[in-house]
Amino acid sequence: MKGPILSFDGVRMVYHTPAKETLAAENMSFSVYEGEFVAVIGPSGCGKTTVLSLAAGLLPPSAGSVRVRGEKVRRGMPCFGYMLQKDELFPWRTVEQNLFLPLEIKKINTPENRKRALALAEKYGLGGFLKSMPDQLSGGMRQRAALIRTLAPQPEILLLDEPFSALDYQTRLNVCDDVYNIIRSEKKTAMLVTHDISEAISVADRILVLSARPAHVVAVHELNFGDTVPLKRREMPDFSKWFETLWKELNV
Amino acid sequence: MKKLQDHISAEHALYLKGLRRKSIFIQLTRIGLLAALLCLWELVAFFQLVDPFIISSPSRICKMIGELAADGSLFYHIGTTLWETLAGFAIAVCAGTGIALLLWWSEGARRVLEPYIVVLNSLPKIALGPVIIIWFGTGSSAILFMTVLVGIIVATMNMLGGFLATDKNKLLLLESMGATKFQVLTKLVLPSSIPQFIGMLKICVGMAWIGSIMGEYIVSKAGLGYLIVYGGQVFRLDLVMAATVILCVLAAGMYALVALAEKWLVKK
Repeated sequence: MKGPILSFDGVRMVYHTPAKETLAAENMSFSVYEGEFVAVIGPSGCGKTTVLSLAAGLLPPSAGSVRVRGEKVRRGMPCFGYMLQKDELFPWRTVEQNLFLPLEIKKINTPENRKRALALAEKYGLGGFLKSMPDQLSGGMRQRAALIRTLAPQPEILLLDEPFSALDYQTRLNVCDDVYNIIRSEKKTAMLVTHDISEAISVADRILVLSARPAHVVAVHELNFGDTVPLKRREMPDFSKWFETLWKELNV
Repeated sequence: MKKLQDHISAEHALYLKGLRRKSIFIQLTRIGLLAALLCLWELVAFFQLVDPFIISSPSRICKMIGELAADGSLFYHIGTTLWETLAGFAIAVCAGTGIALLLWWSEGARRVLEPYIVVLNSLPKIALGPVIIIWFGTGSSAILFMTVLVGIIVATMNMLGGFLATDKNKLLLLESMGATKFQVLTKLVLPSSIPQFIGMLKICVGMAWIGSIMGEYIVSKAGLGYLIVYGGQVFRLDLVMAATVILCVLAAGMYALVALAEKWLVKK
């Protein structure tokens, strides 16, 4: 196994509001290794999204450190690609212009980068929709476009915040397969947070289980599915075994 | 976006025909209603059911407009009011949007200025009439100032509301890409506020007319508002009504222009 690309070390996170302060995470430590797909699950309201915000450097930790290859994370580091629950495609831009958005923001809107983004779109079946407006696309296609947009500036680590939860069940399973395949074939490291146990099992190499607030890592599971795609995993006998284990851990 | 269909089923053709028929019916009814009201008015005046000196009548209004047009004063008055309204509208919209941008940019400024804006918004601008006359004299500039004053607060509050209502998740997305505040403004906040901008334009059309006519009521030597006040003072209802009718037409025309601009902007 390669070295850790992203590491949380004794992270503590406190939110302040005028009414109160909330300890969201305490002594949270874990590492994500290059090329692996890590899923983070936890009881609802435990601060899963906080983990991603910390990782992306959107929030500074109150104590401890979050590092990428030993370097403290900062907001807008080029190594991260953040994908949200909804696709958040800008409705006034064509699909193509949406794909170029991160290139424009990061000021790397060069012909080569645009060409690479378009090649990705072509490769993953968006080629015919480049000039369409987002609202002409189905939910699954939109999410796929969102993923390509995330991949366009060539991030090393993808941070996925329940990227399937806004989709209906049928689409969700398909898009899950889709996203898994794309991330695998692009050889990206990915960290997914979700409240959906089966989703976590169907995509991850490793699952981190968080406790209720203040969140910390209570268990780490190495799954043994290898490169099996999500839909196939759901049919395997180990799937329900894992589900049971995780279910119990979440309901301690 | 409409897709052209080469082949339409008979049922669909019937449905489309029904739609068209209904829309023609609505248009005709609109025109019919106006014609009926005008006829009624004319008849009531003609048979002296109510003194036409008090209520005027469509024919007398037409005659009055004709007279005004003949001696050229009509265009002078229209020109005066139109200029005041359009200039006031443009200044109010531009300055209001500009102020809203500054307030969006600086949370501190926003919080400091909030009570001032609230008070200015609720203040009836006509209360400032005497002050305006003393400051700006009795010329066009006083009326222009009144027009701007009526529009600018509304424009500011509307646009600021639009800017602040920018989708939180889209903001988060840009933030995660490391966008600067200026990029957030140009890539997200401004384009997503276009519907709000058009809504604000529509409101400001009305506000500009209120401002210019109100200004002319307080102090003026020319303009449609002047004609109305003058006509009222010398008890020439024909003149009052004629100026009011022209005002209706102009206001509707300006609104139509904004609606046209909306179509153009949305298509883009």
